[in-house]
Amino acid sequence: MNRADAVAQVAAALAPDALVVACNGMIGRELYTRADAPTRFYMIGSMGLASSIGLGLALVQPSRTVVVFDGDGNVLMNFGGLASVAAARPANFHHIVFDNAAHGSTGNQRTISDRVPLDEVARAAGYGRTARVGDAGQLRRELGSWFDAPGPSMLLVTVDRQNVAGIGRVEPEPPEIAARFRAACTR
Amino acid sequence: MGREFLDLLERHGYDFFTGVPCSLFEGVTRILDDEPRYGYVSAVREDAALGLAAGAYLGGRQPVVLMQNSGLGVSINALVSLHQIYDIPALLIVSWRGQDGGDAPEHLIMGRVTAPVLQLLDVPYEVCDPPSMDAQLHALTATMRRTRRPVALIVPKGILDR
Repeated sequence: MNRADAVAQVAAALAPDALVVACNGMIGRELYTRADAPTRFYMIGSMGLASSIGLGLALVQPSRTVVVFDGDGNVLMNFGGLASVAAARPANFHHIVFDNAAHGSTGNQRTISDRVPLDEVARAAGYGRTARVGDAGQLRRELGSWFDAPGPSMLLVTVDRQNVAGIGRVEPEPPEIAARFRAACTR
Repeated sequence: MGREFLDLLERHGYDFFTGVPCSLFEGVTRILDDEPRYGYVSAVREDAALGLAAGAYLGGRQPVVLMQNSGLGVSINALVSLHQIYDIPALLIVSWRGQDGGDAPEHLIMGRVTAPVLQLLDVPYEVCDPPSMDAQLHALTATMRRTRRPVALIVPKGILDR
């Protein structure tokens, strides 16, 4: 499955008021290109911290569903972030990891997630629910009810290494992204 | 002093607390750890604490991030590629291990460059002076709100230890 389609498929399964924090690199750019909305925060720098941002948000907005769109490189860079989520156990926190075992925006250099299963690490840390899917049909089945059950959860989607054509950069300036997202969070 | 300090922070509008401990503000983190009403999140690293703080700010809060100055180095990328570019304000409470060279070896270099690093990163700061702490927090908070960028209070030894 290509990553941009997987990103779009997850975005389409979200309730309109769900809040999304997307990691830097291709995943955020794909979400922006395919399914932009004021309820999305695109983290363009600070690699690794999307899960921490999502956790902080989930803790102060417990009535809102918070979904972190993350990548294997990001998760590995802030491994302690998994522990923090597991320790805090926010029921409204869902972690979607698009795992291509590579750094997609710097030339597809390999990561180590082919040897370290991130969903198993999350489960061992204390995420209440984890699953791993590898094609669009499996993803569709999991997404049918994934966000109805409490978190913290991790849905790991294995995706192809190739980047698809036609994915632009995130266009709004960072202060605009933050301001519109904060307004959507506190509405 | 920990209680008075937290009361002061709350009076200045801060309502989310996260960080990584330092013995120099042990008196503050002991209260934060013991009293659930603060919702203190004990972070694994200082940059992760900044991530938590950014999320809390986006969710409507005004965060404080406590860290040892050793954690300032860990925080640089989060400060410059998250908070500063997105206009996300935060108050950093940064302890000053290694001040004036009198400390364990691992603190000496960062102790020497703590203030220059903040200057280089364009983070306005004050070195905590107990008699004028209220005025210092007032000024820092006003700057933080005006610029929507992080500001820092550097805490020397002997002020918030107990």
